[in-house]
Amino acid sequence: MSAATDLEPAVKASAASNRTGYRSFQLGSFQFSRDEYFVHVSWPAAGQTLTHTLSADAFLRAMMRDVAWGFFYGWVNLDEVIGTRNLYGQVQMYAGSYYPAYRDKGLSLTETFETPQIMATFKAILHDWTNAGFDPFAAPDETGKDWLGVKHGENGAVIERARQTCKRMPGLPGDSELRTDANGYPVNRAFTDVPQEQPQVHAEAGFEAEVHAFNLFAYLSRSDVTWNPSVTAVCGRSLCCPTTEEYILPIKHGNDRVEWFMQLTDQIDWVVEDKVTGTPRAKVRMKAGDVAAMPADIRHQGFSSKRSMLLVWENATPGLPEMYESGKLKPYPIEF
Amino acid sequence: MADVGNQQQFRTVFGSLNDYVKGDLEIINDNPKYYAFSNVFEVASKSRPYEKVVVALNLGYVLEAVRAEGTSPWYAASHDEFAIVMDGTVEVDLVKLTDPDAVAAPDKQGSVLVKGEPVGRKMGWIKAARGHQVLLPKGAAYRFRAASPGVLLLQTILGELSVQKWAEICYM
Repeated sequence: MSAATDLEPAVKASAASNRTGYRSFQLGSFQFSRDEYFVHVSWPAAGQTLTHTLSADAFLRAMMRDVAWGFFYGWVNLDEVIGTRNLYGQVQMYAGSYYPAYRDKGLSLTETFETPQIMATFKAILHDWTNAGFDPFAAPDETGKDWLGVKHGENGAVIERARQTCKRMPGLPGDSELRTDANGYPVNRAFTDVPQEQPQVHAEAGFEAEVHAFNLFAYLSRSDVTWNPSVTAVCGRSLCCPTTEEYILPIKHGNDRVEWFMQLTDQIDWVVEDKVTGTPRAKVRMKAGDVAAMPADIRHQGFSSKRSMLLVWENATPGLPEMYESGKLKPYPIEF
Repeated sequence: MADVGNQQQFRTVFGSLNDYVKGDLEIINDNPKYYAFSNVFEVASKSRPYEKVVVALNLGYVLEAVRAEGTSPWYAASHDEFAIVMDGTVEVDLVKLTDPDAVAAPDKQGSVLVKGEPVGRKMGWIKAARGHQVLLPKGAAYRFRAASPGVLLLQTILGELSVQKWAEICYM
């Protein structure tokens, strides 16, 4: 491993491989490298070097969500072995820590990093390992096989797409924009049957900025990403974060708070596991109109055969992770 | 989805009061109550007009399923609320309250009923159909009108009009 390059001051990266063209990266004690098909992660534990291999496309899709979500609420398991935990200001990277076969034998590793350091490293990995023509945010049907092979080009624009979050509601003056053909958001191929008509808004003079409505389903039909929520309504600390989903959620999200899902269209099947051990707990098959809580002590992964619309409903009250972790709050939202 | 030649044709599945299919839970090692699994169309199909049935609760914040049918009373809140039309067509009338604190005190959470007709200037009105989201702004009185039954999803805070009946609405 060479000294840090000019990619980012905090990022430790090797020179590009003569054979594949890809750089290798180091974050604390973790090593990351890729070849034509696979990503290889290694870490030291119990006097040896442990290794883990993932398909490069799955790795890029997963890491893309972790970066886009700013490490999200709680745990982002890139797969069953490696992942991150958001400590809000710092982020833990782990390998095997939530996989009993490793953890119980002392073969896991968790290290804590300042958020800018791990963010810069992950972004550098994404930029270097994402080839031209591959979009980690897209469904497999929408992006090609350019994820594989030796390095060929880059696709920085798709990696740097900003998550769209409103302050109050999209379309209000000074708030996030609505999506249109003109600003680069055509209707997705799977939602051509979603009506695009906007609501009739009849505002009296002087109330144009308060009498407001928009077509949420049309807005979602124009999303250019999968499994990447936007924010479309803010009520105190409660955030409506709808998103469009197709194929498999590339990560397993471990909750540090209760979140709720409402299926707006079509169907998503959720696999729910224990957050710490990964043992199966339930499957939740959600169809249009269904509402379900995701408790604070689980990890979950969704499967959507057809591109669907999901309303993720979050509570952004500060201090929630500590309240759930201490037992002050129960991991489920209601008792009846 | 179906293949037509090389082009896939997709059909988006929406739900409605008259046509919904509920999903299900497959429990392996858990308590089904922890998921509080319900369906807004089923809830609204069994609700009174404009009954505000809580379908999601997160530390005081709520999502409520509301059956829109006929003309509602006037409501107001000390904070923004949002309505998504999940089925049908709903019109929303808005009035800027002259004295909003007298109707919904600043520390009062959730929707409250406005006694009689709201006092203030007309702000305008909105006609919203399925998938449309409407702002119900702080400081305004609002009412819904629906010529035929529809379904609203309200994002608000638990209040005196919120109805919780989890054992009746949840899949177990």
